[in-house]
Amino acid sequence: MPSVKFIEHNGTEHVIDGNNGDSLMVIATSNLVPGIDADCGGECSCATCHILVDDAWVGKLAPATETEESMLDLNPDREPNSRLSCQIPMSDELDGIVVNLPEFQY
Amino acid sequence: MSEAILTNPSALTDPWSVPLSELDPSQPAVFQTDRQFEIFDRLRREDPVHYHEQGLFGPYWSITKFNDIMTIDKDHKRFSSDAGITLNERQADFTTPNFISMDPPKHDVQRKAVTGVVAPMNLAKMEPIIRQRAANILDSLPIGERFNWVDAVSVELTTQMLATLFDFPFEDRRKLTYWSDMATSSELAGGPTPEADRRAALLECLEYFQRLWVAREGVAPEVGIDLISMMANNPDTQNMDPMEYLGNLILLIVGGNDTTRNSITGGVLFLNQNPDQYAKLKADPSLITSMVPEIIRYQTPLTYMRRTALEDVELSGKTIKKGDKLAMWYISGNRDEEVIERPNDFIIDRANPRHHLSFGFGIHRCMGNRLAEMQLRLLWEEILTRFDYIEVVGEPERVQSSFVRGYSDLPVILHAK
Repeated sequence: MPSVKFIEHNGTEHVIDGNNGDSLMVIATSNLVPGIDADCGGECSCATCHILVDDAWVGKLAPATETEESMLDLNPDREPNSRLSCQIPMSDELDGIVVNLPEFQY
Repeated sequence: MSEAILTNPSALTDPWSVPLSELDPSQPAVFQTDRQFEIFDRLRREDPVHYHEQGLFGPYWSITKFNDIMTIDKDHKRFSSDAGITLNERQADFTTPNFISMDPPKHDVQRKAVTGVVAPMNLAKMEPIIRQRAANILDSLPIGERFNWVDAVSVELTTQMLATLFDFPFEDRRKLTYWSDMATSSELAGGPTPEADRRAALLECLEYFQRLWVAREGVAPEVGIDLISMMANNPDTQNMDPMEYLGNLILLIVGGNDTTRNSITGGVLFLNQNPDQYAKLKADPSLITSMVPEIIRYQTPLTYMRRTALEDVELSGKTIKKGDKLAMWYISGNRDEEVIERPNDFIIDRANPRHHLSFGFGIHRCMGNRLAEMQLRLLWEEILTRFDYIEVVGEPERVQSSFVRGYSDLPVILHAK
């Protein structure tokens, strides 16, 4: 099973195995990783599962869709490596991916 | 017009005993008498995507299930906000454009110009200010004496907050309440206010704010939480014409005022209607965190948002035609048993309480959602340290609107700890 490392804003790390196909959001929320709200439940329509992807992994992800872009754009604290974790499905290629959680979700 | 609406029999008869074609939840009397839930229960069960040929504001579709609402709210390319977000039609000789009633790309740049006001860093700065104000308001209330919670607390606290967001002269803050109320209560929207009076009030609002704008042009905001300075000094908004400035002001005033105000009142009412929940809250004040989104779901302070179809769209077996208008009834989706467990119960420790529609979803999702939640949280924290019980001692008076689900009066008596 591929794993993902979530790093909370305060530095706390959570390394979690996830099923292929589950989104990083689902992996985080079903393992009680704090810092991801996911109000809409994975519909790419609230932007409260915002993550900052470690630079080494940014290029390995499929680019954000137009919908994800428009939702990310609502966030005044958006960074170049900002993504919505509900839009990133786990896969063997992403085994070991590192993502940082922002201080707040909007 | 208002009397005709209030006495419209179809708005007040048993919603299960009339043909579906006679149900029209856009009638303000439905909400003023708190009869909406039976209508929506029936629509969700029998015709969740329903076409009303005889709507008060003309023909429209009612979208009443959670997932259908989500589908439309996300699809801003086919369901436009550009013709407005309420069912009544705009008046060509008095339009007040604003970013909630716009599609991309203009929506995006105008929203971005002001959204920083509710950035987490600013919220952190506002927190002690709001807490202090809530404390001051609560400390000024009479104990053991009947008074109107709406005016003394809900209106006062939200208006003070709004004055801060605009850096508005504090002594004039009730003007903000007045303009907000006038903006949403026009007879053309089914409300009690003559349209001419509404326009006069809004022009007075514009004139007042234009003076503030001129004074702040070219001056960077000192604390970074002043919406007028933000708009006056952002290249994307600094050249707005006056009616567009007015439109965005009204959007921010109503958005930051009515919604939180009515959720503050609703919370007191719901806890009184559910004494077991009130007892649970007093036993464990940490439940405020999950109670706040539950209040916002249960209240649904804005009952719907309108969209207009830009092309023919199939939804749940129906064909919505290009040009048709739709009401996404958030208040109905928030009671959809297929998505929310025991939706008609007020449960302050619900799992996943933020999974509700009150803030909308998609690019128009409420930008002040975290500020609203913070205001409610701080107020309830301060309430619980002071009072044993806020007792509701009479029926609430509800406002005449099918868009704003609000209260004008909630009589209460405070019991000291």
